[in-house]
Amino acid sequence: MNGVIPLATDAPAIAISDISRDFITGGQPIRVLHNIDLDVQAGELTYLVGESGSGKTTLISIIAGILYPTEGEVNVFGTDIYGLNDRSLVEFRLNTIGFIFQQYNLIPTIDAASNAAVPLIAQGVDRLEATERATELLDRLNMADHARKLPSQLSGGQQQRVAIARALVHEPRLVVCDEPTAALDARSGRRVMDLLRDVGVAEDRSVIIVTHDNRVFDLADRILVMEDGRITHDGTEMPDHQS
Amino acid sequence: MIWIAIRMLTGDRQKFYGLVFGIAFSTLLITQQLTIFINLLERGATAVYGISTADVWVMDPVTRSQDVVYPMPSTALDQVRSVPGVSWAVPHFRAGAAVRTEEGDLEGVTVVGVDDSTLIGLPRKMIEGDVSALSRPDSVFVDGVGSQRLFPPGKDPIGSRLELNDQRAVVRGIVDVDPSFTSQVVLYTRYSNALNYVPGTRNRMSFVLARSDNGLTPNELAERIEKRTGLKARTRDEFAQDGIDFIIENTGIPINFGITVALGFIVGIAIVGLTFSLFIRDNIKQFGALKAIGVHNGKIRAMVAVQAGLVGLIGYGLGTLMATAFIASGAANSADFKGFYTPWQIPVITLIAIAVIIAITGWLALRTVLKTEPAAVFR
Ligand SMILES: Nc1ncnc2c1ncn2[C@@H]1O[C@H](COP(=O)(O)OP(=O)(O)OP(=O)(O)O)[C@@H](O)[C@H]1O
Ligand SMILES: [Mg+2]
Repeated sequence: MNGVIPLATDAPAIAISDISRDFITGGQPIRVLHNIDLDVQAGELTYLVGESGSGKTTLISIIAGILYPTEGEVNVFGTDIYGLNDRSLVEFRLNTIGFIFQQYNLIPTIDAASNAAVPLIAQGVDRLEATERATELLDRLNMADHARKLPSQLSGGQQQRVAIARALVHEPRLVVCDEPTAALDARSGRRVMDLLRDVGVAEDRSVIIVTHDNRVFDLADRILVMEDGRITHDGTEMPDHQS
Repeated sequence: MIWIAIRMLTGDRQKFYGLVFGIAFSTLLITQQLTIFINLLERGATAVYGISTADVWVMDPVTRSQDVVYPMPSTALDQVRSVPGVSWAVPHFRAGAAVRTEEGDLEGVTVVGVDDSTLIGLPRKMIEGDVSALSRPDSVFVDGVGSQRLFPPGKDPIGSRLELNDQRAVVRGIVDVDPSFTSQVVLYTRYSNALNYVPGTRNRMSFVLARSDNGLTPNELAERIEKRTGLKARTRDEFAQDGIDFIIENTGIPINFGITVALGFIVGIAIVGLTFSLFIRDNIKQFGALKAIGVHNGKIRAMVAVQAGLVGLIGYGLGTLMATAFIASGAANSADFKGFYTPWQIPVITLIAIAVIIAITGWLALRTVLKTEPAAVFR
């Protein structure tokens, strides 16, 4: 299944131009993203921060190919993803994007290794081989002893590491995370961010993380700040008045 | 992904058992009630089918079934015998009576009088005793129901005395027949005896049983008898159906069983539908995550279909097993259920009903899953 949609190697990881998004609330369209332009290069770990309701989740959902923009174009590694038909878009996500959700959303009745293997299984990789590859990745995340446990037998931080393994197991070129450390204590949160950088970021791969966890701001290559549906700061560090 | 779907389902023990139980219970209820219903209806025909040699039953035109009889004068017998194409014709008596047992109890029975010389009208198989014993004076045979109901447990019916219409009767055999619809005790005796056991007026002959000559179908013979005698003549199959129709038209049985079967169906939908939608709702986040990760709707459909199908199959199998065991043990151990069987159509009908239940619940659950936006996983 890999390589159905050719990915340009020289294109930026993310190139979005003039993105807007409306939500219909009470019969009225409310604009929550306003004409956003953004380029993210491969090899970058990018943070998206901002106050609650500023549009962070909406923006990364659009970047990840799970929410259509009202206006504008989204290119991920050179592919205009919303120009694809539904089926191709689903396939594109399966092969190119890794997801980490705040609530992990692990399947409670299968063990950690099987959970981590889900994207490979969905790609059609043989289940045993998929689980083996997932177990190797869990090893690298210091989860060797927990690969056979059910999610309910794991701590929050361990579950999040399973979720990270699931996001990375199929070596997607773009990983998107929404508040991956919100449920973790400071040390675990920092370790998760370290892991994401180590395993997720490479020359041709990028990670974009929504967070308001200021304990980890120093780990980012680039920090984007959103306010009221617009990107108001773009730099390698937080603007002084907010950190 | 199918493996994951199955693990999602079976891993949640409580809901899985709940679902399987719901389907099994529905299956049991529907199968068992339909079986009892069909068998009870067919008992409207046991007396007719019990006499396999008679092609045609002749009766007074107002007689409606084997138990709603207006007797004919004895001349009817000669009338029938004189119809060309009749190979033989014998008188047959059937009427209700009250019998006193040796213990002094009173029991309602049906007295059947069979032709004195040929014993045509007597069921062929005997549980105890020999057919020839019926020729001895005062001889009666009882059916299986009677052998249990007229005598205290442990007592051998053979040789026991009964009293009918101030006359003595001696039980000399037990015949092997399925109970009638009413499960009333049936006593078999010779025609001439029967007339004494049941008080009556001038006309006593309930039926004339006739057989057609070679080359004449029962239908042709029945038609011919009706034309020549002015009596009503029914072929065996027609009269058996009359007995069944009589039950359908004159009892609340079809409605009662219809209601129970419908209840089985509704309970099935309710239990299974509710549990399954709970199961789906519990897993909606996981389904959403799968959709976001890149599992397309076709695979999601297959997953839900496999989950619903698995529950349906296991539940149906279990329910059918329970129903079969229930009916088989009933047929073996209770005179009331003697001869009960499950025609193949019933499991098929039940399977269709279960498939409908599964399809409805699966479809409802699937709608919820398909409606879930992948973007919802980030909320
Ligand atoms: N499905 C929706 N329907 C209507 N309005 C929505 C929907 N999703 C988001 N919004 C609105 O869009 C705006 C941006 O929401 P979004 O979830 O992107 O914010 P956020 O920056 O992620 O906030 P938080 O930090 O609280 O997660 C909010 O005002 C929100 O109410
Ligand atoms: Mg958010």
